[in-house]
Amino acid sequence: MAPRKKPRKTPTKAQLDAKAEPQEHTFSVLVANEAGVLARVVGLFSGRGYNIDSLTVSEVDEEEHLSKITIVTTGTPMIIEQIRAQLERLVPVRRVADLTVEGPSVSRELALVKVKGRGEKRVESLRIADIFRAHVVDSTNNSFVFEIVGDTGKLDAFIELMQPLGLIDVSRTGVVAIARGAEEM
Amino acid sequence: MAKRRFIGGEIILKALADQDVDVVFGYPGGVTLPLYDKIGQQNRTKHILVAHEQGAVHAAEGYARSTGKPGVALATSGPGATNTVTGLVDALMDSIPVVCLTGQVVSTLIGNDAFQEADTTGITRPATKHNYLVKSTEDLARVIHEAFYVATHGRPGPVLVDIPKDVILGEGEYVGPEDVLPKSYAPQIKGEKASIEEAVELMASAKRPIIYAGGGVINSGPKASKLLTELVDMTGFPCTLTLMGLGAYPASRPQFLGMPGMHGTLEANMAMYQCDVMVNIGARFDDRVTGKTDAFSPRSKKIHVDIDPSSINKNIAVDVPIIGDCTSVLRDMLRIWKAKNLKTDKPALKKWWAQIGKWQAKDSLGFEQDDGPIKQQYALSRLRELTRGDDVYVTTDVGQHQMWAAQYLHFEEPNRWMTSGGLGTMGYGVPAAMGVQAGHPDSKVVCVTSEGSLLMNIQEMATIAKYGLPVKILNLNNNVLGMIRQWQELFHGNRESECDLSRGPDFLKLAEGFGFVPLSASDPAEVDDAINEMMRIDKPVFLNMAVSRDENVFPMIPAGAAHYDIVLGPNDQRAEVDDDDMMMA
Ligand SMILES: Cc1ncc(C[n+]2csc(CCOP(=O)(O)OP(=O)(O)O)c2C)c(N)n1
Ligand SMILES: [Mg+2]
Repeated sequence: MAPRKKPRKTPTKAQLDAKAEPQEHTFSVLVANEAGVLARVVGLFSGRGYNIDSLTVSEVDEEEHLSKITIVTTGTPMIIEQIRAQLERLVPVRRVADLTVEGPSVSRELALVKVKGRGEKRVESLRIADIFRAHVVDSTNNSFVFEIVGDTGKLDAFIELMQPLGLIDVSRTGVVAIARGAEEM
Repeated sequence: MAKRRFIGGEIILKALADQDVDVVFGYPGGVTLPLYDKIGQQNRTKHILVAHEQGAVHAAEGYARSTGKPGVALATSGPGATNTVTGLVDALMDSIPVVCLTGQVVSTLIGNDAFQEADTTGITRPATKHNYLVKSTEDLARVIHEAFYVATHGRPGPVLVDIPKDVILGEGEYVGPEDVLPKSYAPQIKGEKASIEEAVELMASAKRPIIYAGGGVINSGPKASKLLTELVDMTGFPCTLTLMGLGAYPASRPQFLGMPGMHGTLEANMAMYQCDVMVNIGARFDDRVTGKTDAFSPRSKKIHVDIDPSSINKNIAVDVPIIGDCTSVLRDMLRIWKAKNLKTDKPALKKWWAQIGKWQAKDSLGFEQDDGPIKQQYALSRLRELTRGDDVYVTTDVGQHQMWAAQYLHFEEPNRWMTSGGLGTMGYGVPAAMGVQAGHPDSKVVCVTSEGSLLMNIQEMATIAKYGLPVKILNLNNNVLGMIRQWQELFHGNRESECDLSRGPDFLKLAEGFGFVPLSASDPAEVDDAINEMMRIDKPVFLNMAVSRDENVFPMIPAGAAHYDIVLGPNDQRAEVDDDDMMMA
């Protein structure tokens, strides 16, 4: 992966609809994996009052010590543009991609969903899990832990269906995303 | 060639020498003792022992702003480091290149609540452009060079390097600045050609243009101010400069409209409001300039040149964004303008200047000095006239005196005016003046202050006297936190609350005690002699000038109001922008 940030065209007033409603955007941020880098990114969002809907981070290149942070955020076009410029300004940030606007991308999230129940409800939860291609990764005689992978909407739907069937706990990874196609980031 | 190994303390000094650092403003402590031991054994880099670490950072800022070179501050761990925070944020807000080195407890104790431990990198993360905790002496030289690089490249700012005691004591390899290039930090210097072409064509077509320039021009180096001046002169456009940009275009030229914003001139604000093309060069549409953003220059096409992409479209969306360094973009603007043989719309400009002339005729900075108490406006106008053409640098504190200084002192060159703009830090002026004087030993340095601000870092008068720096402090003593009193008068029912300073200390005795030559004036007739005397004495001088307690700074656009809501004078008269004026737009 080449280390330099590519210069990018700043949008003009005409491209930034001042009256547009806030919209959800997914940013992929490649950073040097050094101490405090996550604090810098998170501090930027809290310090400037931007939303974080979801945040994931993990090392992706051991040799180059690079990590990737995926952030889902919501804002008006002007705010989204600010978030991008502010992220690019951080010294350890190598690359920022707004996957929502830069061509097609795929995003996935994993959830572990614990459901407690007996009898009819237990059977129903298994049936729904099957439809959603969720796997059972733990079970006792009155509980299951399901593992489900998909986009955020699919996970939301599954969790909602589990609600009346004895849902007692959920852990979600947050969104990871990547651009489609053969291009590197 | 095999690299030689050095002790951490030596590496720090070698790195500072290789970065051409002549002076460091610092204060020692437990964990930096081994570094001070090395400092004491060399004389390449001068160390100025300040009285408080906040003063060290402001001094470094003053040095940086007046010389164009990065300023360097040094503090110990814990309380030394926390004392630097205000100075760091000040430098961050005003984009001043400062490198601050702090000591840290030994690596093995970090996180243990050790004596004088503070999470310095955590505390200063939002207070700096970037910061580092050095984990090993092997990294020390590289990190320091990188810190200088980051502080001075792109939009400048403060960078902090936190160095544990064991790293100062340990041994490591030295690398020079030429061997260090930060992996990811590569700001864009050259503006995009297509955008610059679009910008100059828009300028040529303008009927009511204005050039609005700011601190970015100063930060870009003196060449940028020359190019800006060339652009203004070539186009015949009016020019306004922000508080941070004063001096980027000579104040004495007729095309200069003064400062825009809350305490800007009528002509600058009305021209900003009514223009059809606004050329923002290195300014950032700060809220003190724009007022109410919905009503800010509603009919203009806006060009914005800035080295920091995050400054563009932050407060005000613009039509032609240009990312790049002011020097480079201004040079390209001039070149492309000439290559295309562009011409301005002369008849339209003539009409525009006629309109501007009407606003200028209202003389929004006019005042009358009667035989009552000295007015600050008068004192500062006299300072301007009596030092015209001299080699003078000015720093200020924060409050009414700062705004009057910005309005009544005129700057013909960049780097001559040092004030805390973004953060508005009372206590900036005295230590900043010390830093300026350290960088310009043979020039005259005046700190314009008032007693509230003065008391915030008055301890640095001891440092100034100790080093024999001939700084001149002009204390516009109004016995009050004047700017607070003004807002209480205008916006809080004229009820004064906790702003009176009339029972303050005897400043002349204090000045004398600190080792300054004390001077005083209280009658308008004494002003000239007192100023001449202050400027003449080649020693630290303190001129205590008793001034009016009741004066207010005008013009004034109340916070959050629009430019046409400008209040011109003491009787709360509106500017009376008549219908004709509005129709023009
Ligand atoms: C550190 C700090 N604290 C508080 C303020 C708020 N403040 C702005 S101006 C001002 C009054 C300044 O008084 P003085 O220094 O006497 O100047 P004057 O307005 O009288 O010229 C105050 C308290 C500030 N700017 N900085
Ligand atoms: Mg005062």
